[in-house]
Amino acid sequence: MPKLYDLAHCRAGDKGNTSILSLIAYRPDDYPLLAQRVTVGAVAHHLRGIVQGDIRRFELPHLGALQFVCEHSLSGGVTTSLALDAHGKSLSFALLEMEIS
Amino acid sequence: MRTSLRLGAGAGFAGDRLDAPLHLAEHGALDYLVLECLAERTIALAQLRRRQDPASGYDTRLAQRIESLLPILKRKGIRLVSNLGAANPLAAADAIVAIARRLKTPVKVAAVTGDDVLDVLDRDAPTMEGGLPLSHYAPIVSANAYLGAEALLPALASGADIVITGRVADPSLFVAPLMHEYGWTHDDVDRLARGTAVGHLLECAGQLCGGYFADPGRKEIPGMAHLGFPFADVTAEGDALLGKVAGTGGRITLATAKEQLLYEVTDPHGYLTPDVIADFSAVTLAETGPDRVAVSGARGRARPSQLKVSVGYLAGYVGEGEIGYAGANAIARARLAEEIIRERLNGRFAELRIDLVGSTSLHGRAFDSDERPYEIRLRVAARAQSPEEAAIVGEEVEALYTNGPAGGGGTRKYVNEQIGIVSTLIDRARVASNVTIREWAAHAEVV
Repeated sequence: MPKLYDLAHCRAGDKGNTSILSLIAYRPDDYPLLAQRVTVGAVAHHLRGIVQGDIRRFELPHLGALQFVCEHSLSGGVTTSLALDAHGKSLSFALLEMEIS
Repeated sequence: MRTSLRLGAGAGFAGDRLDAPLHLAEHGALDYLVLECLAERTIALAQLRRRQDPASGYDTRLAQRIESLLPILKRKGIRLVSNLGAANPLAAADAIVAIARRLKTPVKVAAVTGDDVLDVLDRDAPTMEGGLPLSHYAPIVSANAYLGAEALLPALASGADIVITGRVADPSLFVAPLMHEYGWTHDDVDRLARGTAVGHLLECAGQLCGGYFADPGRKEIPGMAHLGFPFADVTAEGDALLGKVAGTGGRITLATAKEQLLYEVTDPHGYLTPDVIADFSAVTLAETGPDRVAVSGARGRARPSQLKVSVGYLAGYVGEGEIGYAGANAIARARLAEEIIRERLNGRFAELRIDLVGSTSLHGRAFDSDERPYEIRLRVAARAQSPEEAAIVGEEVEALYTNGPAGGGGTRKYVNEQIGIVSTLIDRARVASNVTIREWAAHAEVV
């Protein structure tokens, strides 16, 4: 089954305890598929155990991109987390592990 | 009036490469070079240094950066804008003047202050993280408001070669020269929004040029050992063409620009800075040639009435210990070590975290596979109230040598003071910025 990794790229950013994940289609033609399949519910399910709060999704069709803003995702926040990756920088590649049928 | 202005990005964070901005300044035909060197926690740490020594508190690599850059900047007529001042822009200006005197290079430095709002901070104000009052976080060691581009305008108008600041919103460091050169005011919301988009694209320097982007076989980036840092040619309307010096490593493409445009943006329809509320959803990007991407289309709304304040507090100490296991059954031995540590440290620390590096350290068990890695590293971390208590973590891990599972090796132990950061808002009227000039001219020495 193809993964998001095959269709899109992603960069993770952080603000406090919020992780911000972009999802950018390599080919503009694949954007509608991403918009249809990579819903808030699908991301919440895929990142369960990591994202503890609400997820907001922004659609940016002219960039062929979606933006996910995931609250309560960084073990309490960048500056006081005991995690090795306190910024959640590596979460980009966790999102890209999602399989899409 | 000028029709185009070239802004270069010479640093995306305090620890960024020192050689890349030299090459950019030498070969980039820049008008302005911007060094963004101030992460959230950096300024709190700098404030702690300033408490120990009133002449310190600016970026610890300022001297290294300025010594190498100053001769090029003067020779090429490039003006420098940077937040290297951290917790003490005045001391930073003095340090730069001292370097200039030693290099016999005349310099005029403008220090922008006023971001330090520790004395006027309302401790009952709610934090933006969860809403608890600031007084919940103690002891507070720093409070810095994010100044906007306007605070830099008198500094630029003074004709200073170098403008040195403390906390300023990152894109504002780029917006300030545009406001100064093109006469934009805070009512020019669309122009400010476009300038903000450019500043946002440039502020992480190498991240626009394939840094933090490369993925072998998928997103190939050549020459990353000598990544070129980016510049933008910006018109009086705020439209821009991104680029980098020919022959440098890296690439600027639609894909690298898209990743950076969306980086850390919590609302693409309303990106808040002290200068403007920018709508990035309207931004259009177009590749116009190799390593050339055109940016336009951002729209703006009037700037917010309040400024964000970043507040640093002492959050105790973190103790860490690590040990590695290899070969057959490595993961089982690491798990046995984890059990031993948990039993030994049970109840001693309010917060204890144990990772199996090579398996579950980044994303827990969310994507754990059945594959057994050849080697695995156990990492233990706990928060403590004192450095002595924090040290126990590493000591316990080290004691696994003679008391733990077979074949453990390569222990490391660390104790670090932890600075927490929370944010709040402050009314603009309570924040007053100032500009102070420090300079050295060759003739001054003769007198």
